[in-house]
Amino acid sequence: MGFKTDYSRVHGSGAAGEGAHHWWSQRVTSIALVPLTLLFIVPFGRALGSGHEAFVATYSNLWHALVAVLFIIAVFAHLQQGLQTVLEDYVSSKAVRTVALLANTLLCWAFGIAGVLSVASVLFSA
Amino acid sequence: MVQLTLPKNSQMRTGKTWPKPEGAKNLRKFQIYRWSPDDGENPRVDTYFVDMDSCGPMVLDALIKIKSEIDPTLTFRRSCREGICGSCAMNIDGGNRLACIFGMDEVKGDIKIYPLPHMPVVKDLVPDLTHFYAQHASIKPWLETKSNTPAKEWKQSIEDREKLDGLYECVMCACCSTSCPSYWWNGDRYLGPAALLHAYRWLIDSRDEATGERLDDLHDPFKLYRCHTIMNCAKTCPKGLNPAKAIAEVKKMMISRTH
Repeated sequence: MGFKTDYSRVHGSGAAGEGAHHWWSQRVTSIALVPLTLLFIVPFGRALGSGHEAFVATYSNLWHALVAVLFIIAVFAHLQQGLQTVLEDYVSSKAVRTVALLANTLLCWAFGIAGVLSVASVLFSA
Repeated sequence: MVQLTLPKNSQMRTGKTWPKPEGAKNLRKFQIYRWSPDDGENPRVDTYFVDMDSCGPMVLDALIKIKSEIDPTLTFRRSCREGICGSCAMNIDGGNRLACIFGMDEVKGDIKIYPLPHMPVVKDLVPDLTHFYAQHASIKPWLETKSNTPAKEWKQSIEDREKLDGLYECVMCACCSTSCPSYWWNGDRYLGPAALLHAYRWLIDSRDEATGERLDDLHDPFKLYRCHTIMNCAKTCPKGLNPAKAIAEVKKMMISRTH
């Protein structure tokens, strides 16, 4: 409780000057994921169930490795942005929100880099 | 965090059933939210019966009849009774509407009336819209110019004037903002569909000279970007406007100035 005016409460600390890039990037990654998902899933599905060697054979191919890396980058970028939006929407406690947003960013980067390194290690060890 | 359970003092109780009007043959049942700040009681839902043979066709007609003939303590806002002042916005049959232009023939069965959702209640069907109005004021809903004021008028072509159609008709009834889940969860910071529709109305006004500053003021993850095109705003607008489209246009303007 205080005597802040309604106008001052609405104005807050002003506009953050952020948001446009995040919004645009979410759209770009989602559009990129349409062809990338299809291109990734076909060779991945073919290798699935045929053991380790089938995967090594698939991702020693530069084209398949490139598609897989682009797919992984787009997926984790999109996941990070999407989860950030969900957390901002639904978590109102400032402390919990900050921790959750940091965890989201770190985990998405970690899993994304792990995915890219995995593909690279197969490609370059072949 | 989103609250899925209500605090104890806001849990709804079954209220009073008011006596049926004598001699009436064509009765309609109304279930209306009641809450008073004065008695310390929880909110309740009262039941009223209205004689349709001596009542006008709109929900507001029935509310006025209840207030004048059955229960004078029933509190609601109303003024123009023709959908231009925006005062009688309330939740009728599960949707936000203007009681004065919403016909009772559009509701099947009992007519349930609640205040606009997720707003503090002043009394009965009267929500506290102070924050909503402050948000409207924050987008500077007036012409901002820097050039010398012309001797006669700021001119606008017919084509440029047409760009304001579908925007200027907004009566600020708050049906859209209070139907928006993003506004429910983050209404303290998210400006909401009504204020953003007005923001766009001034952004595309050919006479306005503060477009850049207006965009700067909206460039914020909460003020603008909580809109996820849920579209409740367009679905509920009693004037048939589309605030979600206006917000999408603002987002497009925001991105087009970076490329």
